[in-house]
Amino acid sequence: MDQNSILDRVKKEFPDLVLETHSRLGQDTVIISKSGIVEIARFLKEDEKLKFNMLADLTAVDYWKEKPRFEVVYHFLSMENKLRLRVKARVEESDCEIPTLSGLWPGANWYEREVFDMFGIRFTGHPDLKRILMYPDFEGHPLRKDYPKTRHQPLVEYRELNLHGNENTTTSRKKEND
Amino acid sequence: MEMTSYSSPKGGFVATSANQFLGWGRKYSLFLYPFITACCGMEYMSAACSHYDIDRFGAGLPRFSARQADLLLVAGTITEKMAPVLKQVHEQMCLPKWVMAFGVCTCTGGFYDNYAVVPGIDRIVPVDIYVPGCPPRPETVLDGLIKLQEKIQNSEHSLT
Repeated sequence: MDQNSILDRVKKEFPDLVLETHSRLGQDTVIISKSGIVEIARFLKEDEKLKFNMLADLTAVDYWKEKPRFEVVYHFLSMENKLRLRVKARVEESDCEIPTLSGLWPGANWYEREVFDMFGIRFTGHPDLKRILMYPDFEGHPLRKDYPKTRHQPLVEYRELNLHGNENTTTSRKKEND
Repeated sequence: MEMTSYSSPKGGFVATSANQFLGWGRKYSLFLYPFITACCGMEYMSAACSHYDIDRFGAGLPRFSARQADLLLVAGTITEKMAPVLKQVHEQMCLPKWVMAFGVCTCTGGFYDNYAVVPGIDRIVPVDIYVPGCPPRPETVLDGLIKLQEKIQNSEHSLT
């Protein structure tokens, strides 16, 4: 199948779910409504002429102050037909969830945990949706644009720093003990 | 080290102070624990291998148990998630112990000015010598080691 005809084929198959398509520098993109993600992904994976057998990447973007705020981005690769396709779905902040793809590509499991960890987007139907990079006690989602840039959540209490005096190193501490 | 040598027909001996003697012994027999988390590890390896040969300065024996080490050589980015491990490793080391912050990530967090990285390991453990650079050249590492040795020589030591 020709790279250019993927967009037409997906548009023809899902006229209600596909919102927009564009193609630039050889990268085809389909923007869909999030309710159709599993249906479209299954079609892309199982259609004989497409066979997108690999989920190359799954990530998200925070368009802060836009509505809908988030965009989940899927990159599909067909190793058999040498095709690539990008699928994007917008997600509202008030309804911050999208169906999981872990049933179709097991590799989606950890990608979705990462997106959940970093952006707080919940994947409905995910078998084990918990943080993957940050520690369980971490508050908030660090790649959201409203996460304060300087906010640290240390697991051990920070030491007091005395940059111009004597640091409490082994040598000076030994003197205190004597 | 200040020493005075005496010689007599029955054999010679050396007089010095216990403090200086202990400092001299300790600075030339540093057993180091390489706490390596990132690319600075490659630079540590080149400083440790034959071309730069850190063993010339008596720090050539890495111990992979903190309990056998004197010098905690922290090379590489320390994340907030890694910080408790670093603190525990430091606590496991016996006194006297020293810490070298190897590379700018350990000194200040470097360009990782974000939610994930500790802004300098001196927030977690006391640091004796800072070796900046991204990564530091082996010459810088050896210079830092020599400065640490001066610090050890000039500090108080006790036999207890």
